[in-house]
Amino acid sequence: MSTVTPTANGFGSSSIGASASRFARRNAWVLALWGLLGLLLVFTIVIKPGWGAPQLTILAIAALPYAFATAAQTMAVLVGGIDLSVAAMMTFTSVTAAVLMEGQSEEFGVVAVALILLMGLGLGAINGLSIVLTRVPDIVVTLAFFFIWEGAALMVLDSPGGSAAVWLRELIIGPVGGFVVPTEIGQWLPKALLLLVVALGAVWIPVKRSRVGLSIYAVGSDKLAAFRSGVPVNRTRIVAYALTGLFAAMGGLVLTMNTGIGTPIQGPYLLASVAAVVLGGVSLAGGKGGLVGPIVGVFILRLARQDLTLMSIDPNVAQVTEGLIMVGVVLIGALVAMRSRS
Amino acid sequence: MLEASDVVKTYGAVKALQGASLSVRRGEVHALLGANGAGKSTLVKILTGAIRPDSGHIVVRGEPRTVHSPAEARRAGLVSVYQEPALIPDLDVISNLRMTQTPTDAFMHWVGELGMERLDPYEMVRDLPLAVLRIMDLARALAFEPDVVLLDEMTAALPADLAEHVLEVVGRQRETGRSVIFISHRLLEVKALCDRATVLRDGETVGVVEMGPTAEEEIVELMLGASTEDEIAVHERVVGTPAAGTARDEGTETAEEETARRPRLAMRDLASGTRLKDVTFELYPGEVLGLVALEGQGQDELFDILSGAAKPSGGSLQVEGQDVRFGHPADAIAAGLVYVPGDRAEALLMQRSVRENIALPTSAPVRRWGPIRMATEQSVVQRAIEKLQIDTRAQGEVRRLSGGNQQKVTIARWIAEGVETLLCFDPTRGIDIRTKRQIYHLLRELADGGAAVLLYTSELEEVQLACDRVVVIFNGSVVAQMDAAIADEPRLMRAAYGLDPIESDEAAPAPSLPGTGVAS
Repeated sequence: MSTVTPTANGFGSSSIGASASRFARRNAWVLALWGLLGLLLVFTIVIKPGWGAPQLTILAIAALPYAFATAAQTMAVLVGGIDLSVAAMMTFTSVTAAVLMEGQSEEFGVVAVALILLMGLGLGAINGLSIVLTRVPDIVVTLAFFFIWEGAALMVLDSPGGSAAVWLRELIIGPVGGFVVPTEIGQWLPKALLLLVVALGAVWIPVKRSRVGLSIYAVGSDKLAAFRSGVPVNRTRIVAYALTGLFAAMGGLVLTMNTGIGTPIQGPYLLASVAAVVLGGVSLAGGKGGLVGPIVGVFILRLARQDLTLMSIDPNVAQVTEGLIMVGVVLIGALVAMRSRS
Repeated sequence: MLEASDVVKTYGAVKALQGASLSVRRGEVHALLGANGAGKSTLVKILTGAIRPDSGHIVVRGEPRTVHSPAEARRAGLVSVYQEPALIPDLDVISNLRMTQTPTDAFMHWVGELGMERLDPYEMVRDLPLAVLRIMDLARALAFEPDVVLLDEMTAALPADLAEHVLEVVGRQRETGRSVIFISHRLLEVKALCDRATVLRDGETVGVVEMGPTAEEEIVELMLGASTEDEIAVHERVVGTPAAGTARDEGTETAEEETARRPRLAMRDLASGTRLKDVTFELYPGEVLGLVALEGQGQDELFDILSGAAKPSGGSLQVEGQDVRFGHPADAIAAGLVYVPGDRAEALLMQRSVRENIALPTSAPVRRWGPIRMATEQSVVQRAIEKLQIDTRAQGEVRRLSGGNQQKVTIARWIAEGVETLLCFDPTRGIDIRTKRQIYHLLRELADGGAAVLLYTSELEEVQLACDRVVVIFNGSVVAQMDAAIADEPRLMRAAYGLDPIESDEAAPAPSLPGTGVAS
């Protein structure tokens, strides 16, 4: 006869209905984002009736580096930090890949990809290790590495150059087509999208289902409680930053695949990644959210930008509008969450 | 089972521990006692590996051990339950268990034993009340089947019914040969539960007491060291001698005088959501009014309304006969209602100095945002510090003060400029009896000076120690009001559980009982 058992305990713990409603409750934000993305697609087709599979493919290719940057940032934010060096790591790995593959055989491309992914893990681990060892706040350490990785990229390649294996470049071009699935469906499935899902899923699904994943959430949520629960806090933070580096390296490879060369100049991926993370329902305080939300967020932001262009709105106005959309969505989300809680 | 000897730990010039020792036998419930600042928490941190001692030996089951983290301590057979639950708020219960590799069946078994069979393992930890989290933390600790369990203020913040379950389960650990280190400020509990007690004072072990009829006096004497007769007398009252104290007699008189006067604060059918239904009572100037309730009976909502943090969904609130509606804590403060929350971290700027913390309310209103008159502020702050006897050795940052001193700062900030109505939510939770006594004394002084004090307390004996009258809330309604003189623990307990008083002749005019709400 406990007087403190919470009243919300009314439902049983195993019925299908209950778990479905729990899933909806926990993932309400992500489901809403999917809805928003759907609305945006409808809106796009309304304003540009010819919009179809080819445009979708272009959108997917354009969104790809943003998506990897966002996935990278999500890891750092989930563990309770932030990584300002995401775009710099992308540049560094991108030019390194281009230089590695220059004048080499197609087969060497495989080796290069493996090396670059390892390099990403290494760069991220160095970020994490520096944060843990110096005890300087994440934002300061990664700001320092923003400059360091950028400088290193320039040392590798001081002007655009290098090249990429052809098979690698073709990996993101065009739709899947008649490969595995029927052509009617395949033409609506850009290769870039498939690559994104496979690459992120191959890393994140096993991590999330392991104790490492739980530890990342735990450290981001409450460091002291995690420590007291026996979680190796520092090691977990290093792992999370290494994952950030890994996803950033994937982003770097995508940049090289996309242009066929390496460019030692950072793209606008850092701030875009933070924006998508916030829009994706990941708490900047850490410990809350997932990877699906931010990725859907990337596509919402990209598609919104494209629609503004389609409506031939002045790019400067479009920039302001984009910012307002982001604040608006997050604000409405917070209001709805508050309403449903009370 | 566990031996710690000559443990020394210094922080700069401060000697936190100087030769502390602790010896726990197999199958023993062993109390670790000491006033705040005596070194208990430092010793706990060393035992559990959160910090390293400068010197000293720790032997677990005959093996010398140095543990560097709670995880290592767990492997050595020592599991702790801390005052703040070590559960991850953003994960659900089951993920928390998986993360720590807790055997789920054993966990659910202990949760059941501890009186919470209805726990839903898919509930988010963030959404669970503190008492449930503490129970879960204990169940998880027991599920590891450790050799030694360390419980830090386990029953603080627990409602009486759960506390009973906890004490019973902890007592039963003896049977399986498990040892328990039990840290508590509630000496009655310690006496009823423990076999022996180690007492720390000023970082040193000053004695080990076998529980017997005179154990309480021995413990208090050891904790206080050389102290005046007067202090010992008061402490005996704190540990539960039901004899009437002088302060209370005075209090009752004052209360009688004041009753005829206009109340400082009057609540009429105050309601908030589903938790607070209809609360009606008055608070008069010059009295300390106790408020007693089990966990989650609407007291949190009531204090939120009174302090201006939340708006009531029904009923009215009058200050000095005028209807008021607070939209912001600043409104409540302007009306003279100041609030000392139960969680000190909610009230204090932990990284700022004692002085800034005390002076903050003075400079908070926008019209006073101009230059601060340093000399005036200094003297106001100084007076408050002296009045509350705040230990100012570490005044540069409030977070470095002991819990008791932090609590004093939360009160000092309001009395620095004089106080009309003081709302205290369990101000003595987890602090030592010497500081508790000082706080009772201060509340009494404030009341004598014409202030009205509302004191919610989770320790029933505080009602007779500090209050003139007491109001009991159950299930969102006032179920009893009585003079502190007759409010002994059994009577309060019955009322707090929503049961009819056995004899109602002495009770103050009983408000209408919500006869249906009892069957939870």
